[in-house]
Amino acid sequence: MLIKIIPEIGHFALVIALLMAVVQAVMPLAGAATRRPLWMAYGRPMAIGQFLFVTIAYLCLTASYMLDDFSVANVANNSNSLLPWYYKFSAVWGNHEGSVLLWSLMLAGWGFAASVFSGDLPRDMVARVQGIMGMVCVGFLLFILMTSNPFERLLPNMPQDGADLNPLLQDFGLVVHPPMLYMGYVGFSVVFAFAIAALLGGRLDAAWTRWARPWTNVAWAFLTVGIALGSWWAYYELGWGGWWFWDPVENASLLPWLTGTALVHSLAVTEKRGSFKSWTVLLAISTFSLSLMGTFLVRSGVLTSVHAFANDPTRGFFILMLLAITVTLSLLVFALRAPRVSHKVGFNWLSRDSLLLINNIILVIMTVTVLLGTVYPLILDSLGLGKISVGPPYFNALFVPLTVVMCVFMGLGPVARWKSMSGRELWRKLGLAAAAAIVLGVAMPLVYGGEWNLWVSLGIVSALWIVLPMVRDLFDKTRHASSFVAGLRKLSLSYWGMVLGHVGIAVTIVGVAVVSNYNIERNVRMSPGTTVEVAGYQFTMTELTNRRGPNFLADTSIIQVQRGDEGRSFVMRPEKRLYLATGMPMTQVALRPGLFRDLYVAMGEDLGDGSYAMRVQYKPFVRWLWLGGLLMAFGGILAVADKRYRRAAARQPASSRIDQSPSQEATV
Amino acid sequence: MTPKRKQKLFVILGLLSLTAIAVGLTLYALRANINLFFSPVQIAQGDAPMERQIRAGGMVKEGSVSRDPESLDVEFVVTDYVDDLEVYYSGILPDLFREGQGVVVVGELQADGRLYADKVLARHDENYMPPEVAQALEEAGYSPADFQAKAAEVGKRLEQEGSPEGSDY
Repeated sequence: MLIKIIPEIGHFALVIALLMAVVQAVMPLAGAATRRPLWMAYGRPMAIGQFLFVTIAYLCLTASYMLDDFSVANVANNSNSLLPWYYKFSAVWGNHEGSVLLWSLMLAGWGFAASVFSGDLPRDMVARVQGIMGMVCVGFLLFILMTSNPFERLLPNMPQDGADLNPLLQDFGLVVHPPMLYMGYVGFSVVFAFAIAALLGGRLDAAWTRWARPWTNVAWAFLTVGIALGSWWAYYELGWGGWWFWDPVENASLLPWLTGTALVHSLAVTEKRGSFKSWTVLLAISTFSLSLMGTFLVRSGVLTSVHAFANDPTRGFFILMLLAITVTLSLLVFALRAPRVSHKVGFNWLSRDSLLLINNIILVIMTVTVLLGTVYPLILDSLGLGKISVGPPYFNALFVPLTVVMCVFMGLGPVARWKSMSGRELWRKLGLAAAAAIVLGVAMPLVYGGEWNLWVSLGIVSALWIVLPMVRDLFDKTRHASSFVAGLRKLSLSYWGMVLGHVGIAVTIVGVAVVSNYNIERNVRMSPGTTVEVAGYQFTMTELTNRRGPNFLADTSIIQVQRGDEGRSFVMRPEKRLYLATGMPMTQVALRPGLFRDLYVAMGEDLGDGSYAMRVQYKPFVRWLWLGGLLMAFGGILAVADKRYRRAAARQPASSRIDQSPSQEATV
Repeated sequence: MTPKRKQKLFVILGLLSLTAIAVGLTLYALRANINLFFSPVQIAQGDAPMERQIRAGGMVKEGSVSRDPESLDVEFVVTDYVDDLEVYYSGILPDLFREGQGVVVVGELQADGRLYADKVLARHDENYMPPEVAQALEEAGYSPADFQAKAAEVGKRLEQEGSPEGSDY
């Protein structure tokens, strides 16, 4: 009996969570404004309770999927009794309603974490953070309950079986990509809440940054992994081997990543030097607003893409309002309160401060260019000025040069000193690295491809220019230690995090440069017996067969691959699947991954007469793209593990540290 | 000027020049890379530019797809049920490409009146017609609903006859 009312329990739990969120949004903020500890104390139990109830709602929806309850509209539209259990589990977020529920679950989870791990923060600060998180939660829970209820029933005419999950989503990528991405998106809400709380309290000091930094890094790391996973998924799932399409939805995730990256760096300056305070706060606000905007673009149906599940205008309008309210209110608070927290600290032209400032400016310019290219068609369309699309050449033409400029400064940044540094010292440290980077970078395409290529050279010079100065710096830093290894051990985890993050970017840049220029693709007509040669590999189609999967039928080609004449041979099996419930065809790519090259075979269309159009590709260094992303994320997490954050929490109550001037802070 | 003011001035100048460069590059890149959308009606009226990358869309006309038996060259007709557009493409068509279904092609119009496509995107739409095409029809003075009904009819009939994938089993 209880099983039958699971959706109602979930729905009810959502309503309770909403009520708790309302209390959380009102009481702690009111308490902080009127200095009433009892009111402020409402925040924590409400955050915990809200997380509990959203979790219950989420589990109820998952249960409906697992139990094939097709009386629930959401399940009927997106699942099928033949679907394997792990796809039923992930199908929960493979649709609009479920994904917003997942989003809310994570929001509640971050709010819960921020409440529980806020140990020694001043009580009013915690209360304000909880209040702001509560407001965001209210917005999203209202959104679910008013426009996108996942528990809506199809009674009494319930279908016999579900319409099935979109075949593109029946993949491991759906299991991992959206949760990671959402963790990142939503994680920035905590930093946002911290920023607004600091503005409201008029207190933006080193202790504040020390609290905000770990949250920012974790959110940023999740977002990085989420984007990398998305790119990897698109690469093998869409069947033509692209890994970044400058699709508006991808851009929507890149935008908060760019400002988030700027925020991570700006927070470093604020913590070490006490400057850039207003700027940091502004970045925190923009990052979260861009996350919301991404949600709006994806969920409103103004875009047509694989990510756009729903085309319900009321939903788009609701999120647009949510975005407008968030941006207006937070900018208003910023305008009214920011002058109170700003703090003048001088620095010289040649210093880490100014290099980080330049880094921030470039990142913001990148954000603006991507934003422009993404929303320009939407604006023109809404003004009735014609339907246009902005293609990848626009983004490449701007993004690539900006990245190169950024790399120039990325090489300098990590080795420069805070406040000021002489140009001669910088040159002494970096001259050799610069020469080595240029020589190696220019020579590499000649050695690898036999022919000089400007873009590959540019990519490799940039990557080396990021890495080599840091290597040199490692030697400098360990010079006074008893041994090299002992010196390395002394370096802080946050330093290693920085190194890894920058190496990650370098690895990604090498991947992008090489795979974009040395990618080999051949579209051919193949029938059993045909052989094609691509990049020294012989691809022979030996057989065309078919098989039956759990919920699909597939045409499979067996491809024998051999390198040269005597190399080891192996078999690749690309498939063309027809999913039974939806009648949708799907290309299943065969991959032979490797650190230095991928082989990629996809079946195109049946050409009749027993032959198939086939896409055979050789993709050198493509794995480096995502490897770099993982390194970056790992760097971000490593920096959070730095003992300085735990020491600050353990040593003394924060209230006594508030007025400490930045010059007394420990330096890396 | 005090050194501090000087520093501020440099920051502002630097910011301004960077912004100017960024805006300039952006506008240039935008102008060179915008693809306008045209429907067969508009192309037949001669609205679309020649030898410049454009997007065009409509429904793949029944029975118009013809493949070269030796290579991957393919020709098909895109229609909005008022005018037709001949499209030439060499390569692999997307999974959802089907006669009677919506399609958007990106490519250049040549003097022979054909569109040489670099990219073909299948556009499955519940209204059986890409929204841009419906709008273009409306602007040309037709009622898109009539054509959507016609397209739906063709689409349904082709579905009943069975898609090529379905007939294999």
